[in-house]
Amino acid sequence: MSATSPPARPYADPYLCGVGIGLVLLAAYVLVGRGLGASGAFASVAAAGTAAVSGGAASNPALAPYLERGVASPLADWLVLEILGLLAGGFFSAWRAGRLRPASDTPALTARGRALVALAGGALMGVGARLAHGCTSGLALTGGALLATGSWIFIGSCFAAGYLAAPLLRGAWR
Amino acid sequence: MSAPYLDGGGTYLASAPLLGFAFGWLLERADMGHPKKLARQFYLRDLTVFKVLFSALITAMLGAFWLARAGVLELGRVYVPETYLLPQLAGGAVFGVGFVLAGLCPGTACVATASGRSDGVAAVLGMLAGVLAFALVPGLHELSLVTPRGPLTLPQQLGMSTGAVVFLVSAVALAGFAAAARLERRA
Repeated sequence: MSATSPPARPYADPYLCGVGIGLVLLAAYVLVGRGLGASGAFASVAAAGTAAVSGGAASNPALAPYLERGVASPLADWLVLEILGLLAGGFFSAWRAGRLRPASDTPALTARGRALVALAGGALMGVGARLAHGCTSGLALTGGALLATGSWIFIGSCFAAGYLAAPLLRGAWR
Repeated sequence: MSAPYLDGGGTYLASAPLLGFAFGWLLERADMGHPKKLARQFYLRDLTVFKVLFSALITAMLGAFWLARAGVLELGRVYVPETYLLPQLAGGAVFGVGFVLAGLCPGTACVATASGRSDGVAAVLGMLAGVLAFALVPGLHELSLVTPRGPLTLPQQLGMSTGAVVFLVSAVALAGFAAAARLERRA
């Protein structure tokens, strides 16, 4: 950011944003009979990427459900379009509030070190979300509000494991 | 005619980027694209994740419950995520460790990416690698399908009325919000 840009505006109240997200989720139930999600979009994109380079993707049981329209499938996938909207909404909000490109707050780590930690975390979340059939958005939030049993199992084990692992991973946040 | 209204086609797909935009906008407004802030939830130093997740959850839960009661929303036509007991127990645990390391979940990693954070991009790439590894390692997909229970819900599981479970979840969330306020005063 240039020296002349105005200071970043403060963030909004978490409860207000939470209620807003709840209303967006409710609108999704009412309009399209499904909730919000995220990890499914990653699966869709990964499946199309694999199909583009290998014919084996179509016969892979974990990828085939995402390839009903071949490599063009993500373009007609509700979740992929939702994530594209989410990226635009996140960018728009950060841009309007002067919050683009925030500084790192892990001073003990190099940018590369922090990126490697985030990459490893992302990979674990990718495997975990596929194993659990969803992530914090599509399983915990969307299914939790519909009282799905598996959603509450996921919420419980996700936070239990997080709190158990956190003391061992303090080094990642210095 | 009762909700849900859009069954497929162009309007159905057009709703996705609009709802996604609002979701991303609100997540960024709450500073949920900020890895260290999210990670601090696991050290009880910042309770934003809990506040946002549970206020969203009870808002949608109460909204769906009362709209269904009023005959506006047909809950039988809303997709309920299916339960797979052991995969969701194990997957949740693997996911939770990844959450602490990345300081982001899949949706918030996209928000972090959109606001220009390089570790957000790294988490997104990691996630793509993770879903790919899941598909390519033999046996993982089969493992994710054990102990299936279908679209099971807590009221069915516990033999309670939906209203009673909705009341309990709301009460627990409100108690959690009060506890969060106490923790913050102490910090």
